[in-house]
Amino acid sequence: MATSTTAATAPAGSGREPMGSDVDARTRARAQKKREAEHLRTLTLGPGRKGRVAAYTVVAVLAALWALPMVWAVLSSFKSEADVSAAPLQLWPEGGWTADAYRNVLAAGDIPLWIWNSVLVSTLVTVITVIISALAAYAFSRQKFRGRRWLFVLTIAALMVPPQILIVPLFDQMIALRLSDTLLGVALPQVVMPLMVIVMKNFFDQIPVELEEAARLDGASDFRVFFSVVLPLSRSILTAVSIFVFISAWNNFLWPFIVTNSPEIMTIPVGLGTVKNAYGVQYASEMASAMIGALPLLIVFMLFQRHIIRGFATSGMGGQ
Amino acid sequence: MTTTTNSPASTPRPPAAAGTSLAPRRRPGKQPAPSRTGYWFLAPYLFFFAVFLVWPIIYGLWMSLTNRSLVNDESSFAGFANYSEALTDPQMWSSLGNTLFFTVISSVPLILVSFAMAYLVYTGLKGQWLWRLTFFAPFLLPVSVVTAIWAFLFTNDFGLINGLLDRFGISQVGWLSDEQVAMWSIALVTLWWTVGFNFLLYLSALQNIPDHLYEAAQLDGAGTWRRLFSITLPMMKSTTGLIVLLQALASLKVFDQIFLLTAGGPNGATRSILQYIYDAGFTGYRLGYASATSYIFFALIVLVSLAQMWFAKRKDS
Repeated sequence: MATSTTAATAPAGSGREPMGSDVDARTRARAQKKREAEHLRTLTLGPGRKGRVAAYTVVAVLAALWALPMVWAVLSSFKSEADVSAAPLQLWPEGGWTADAYRNVLAAGDIPLWIWNSVLVSTLVTVITVIISALAAYAFSRQKFRGRRWLFVLTIAALMVPPQILIVPLFDQMIALRLSDTLLGVALPQVVMPLMVIVMKNFFDQIPVELEEAARLDGASDFRVFFSVVLPLSRSILTAVSIFVFISAWNNFLWPFIVTNSPEIMTIPVGLGTVKNAYGVQYASEMASAMIGALPLLIVFMLFQRHIIRGFATSGMGGQ
Repeated sequence: MTTTTNSPASTPRPPAAAGTSLAPRRRPGKQPAPSRTGYWFLAPYLFFFAVFLVWPIIYGLWMSLTNRSLVNDESSFAGFANYSEALTDPQMWSSLGNTLFFTVISSVPLILVSFAMAYLVYTGLKGQWLWRLTFFAPFLLPVSVVTAIWAFLFTNDFGLINGLLDRFGISQVGWLSDEQVAMWSIALVTLWWTVGFNFLLYLSALQNIPDHLYEAAQLDGAGTWRRLFSITLPMMKSTTGLIVLLQALASLKVFDQIFLLTAGGPNGATRSILQYIYDAGFTGYRLGYASATSYIFFALIVLVSLAQMWFAKRKDS
């Protein structure tokens, strides 16, 4: 998906390269990939059909099981409340499909506001985390100063601290700082991510020092070197870290749940999880809210699928 | 090559190992001259690190020694009273027991299933993006979306699962209301929700196995299963070690999905240790006591991490 869009936009945008060679190269690369996949299939599953049939069966069953809850939620969100809670389960709604649940949810609830809050909080957390972690990682990787070693050991040791155990003192601290029940109070405590510093330091360690020395000989300051030599070389890790931080901030529940009180300040996981409508449980509406809440990150995922998978794979660790 | 880069960047390494790779005492190549610029680079990070990590740790430790309350500003020194109360409270132990039970019943399937998924996708079956998307997508859902979907699936009379059981003439199960079953249901939800993360870690590790190992094995006449057990699984040892650690730490920290699905019920059967802390502090207003329990839990996490380091070290030597 991602490749097809870049293939369509790249030649139109640059316009300088002859289109033919680009397309040829892509076709060749695709053919090569196909051959490699075929080779791997033969190596791992054997040359016969039996292994393949078995593998496809298992993967299809697993995928069906994994898709089923989502599919059922989507279907239910397009039913009327009466059909959703009909006692003998019905796949096809008697009253037909309807988007009423979506209309009700969007008209009545704070969902658009919660999504907006989540966008603000996650963006703020991502920007601050990436900036401070990249600067710190560069200092740990390249700068020489007293105390560097034990400060880095401290950063590694901080990996062991589960953020969840800090909620009690942090909550007290937020009241003292007058940040409780504010978006800033939701965001700021999330920006300390020692793992990101370590991941980026490992990346900077692998950039050849010579590249920076050339710039330094030309009289560039340390900050200049960092911004014009190191950062441009680090686009891949910066993307990976940004995506990782954004997703974890977006999905964070416990801290935003503790620190927010008013519905206008809640993020989407907190709002959806704690504010129920006043008429008791209405499953069609709930599924509709859930689908609206699920949509933003799923769209982000579709757009950046390759980066996200690579980012998680190379630098990815640290659960929810 | 510096001494710090002794492993390829693409294989994720446990945090513990990152610690041992530090200490580039004498690096080959030139070093930048010592300067104070480093502090300027570090300052913003250190500021947040100090305010939102180091200070709360110290402040929390102090709080745990007082009877600080959420509703009343007065607090007095209580010594270790909070700790001894927590350690003698059967509810604390049952929450801890629930947490450990959940860690075991969630981690084992999360590791086995994620490996099976990654291996199947790795073998180069067609439709890669579809399999990846299906297995990984639930990981991107906010916890409240996950729990809303599953609470609906688990509903007694018109939920999908009991509805299907009805069709096959099997009696309904109280997925979230039966004390014996509820924790298993939550483990199932957790498996569905988070397996994508381990799946990606395994998938990237599998892609680092050189093809020629399989080719050599094929020449030696090793069959499909033989290749899986003699090449793939041994090559996955360090990745599995990492995944076991990350999974255990993640499962010990379980709170969100339980809180939203059962709120710790029925009858405390699914209450986790983090919920015990939450209940003590934010519904019982006892911040000092909640802090003390936090530190008991922290000690458990440190023990698990140290045990992993010790195992990793022993394997190396």
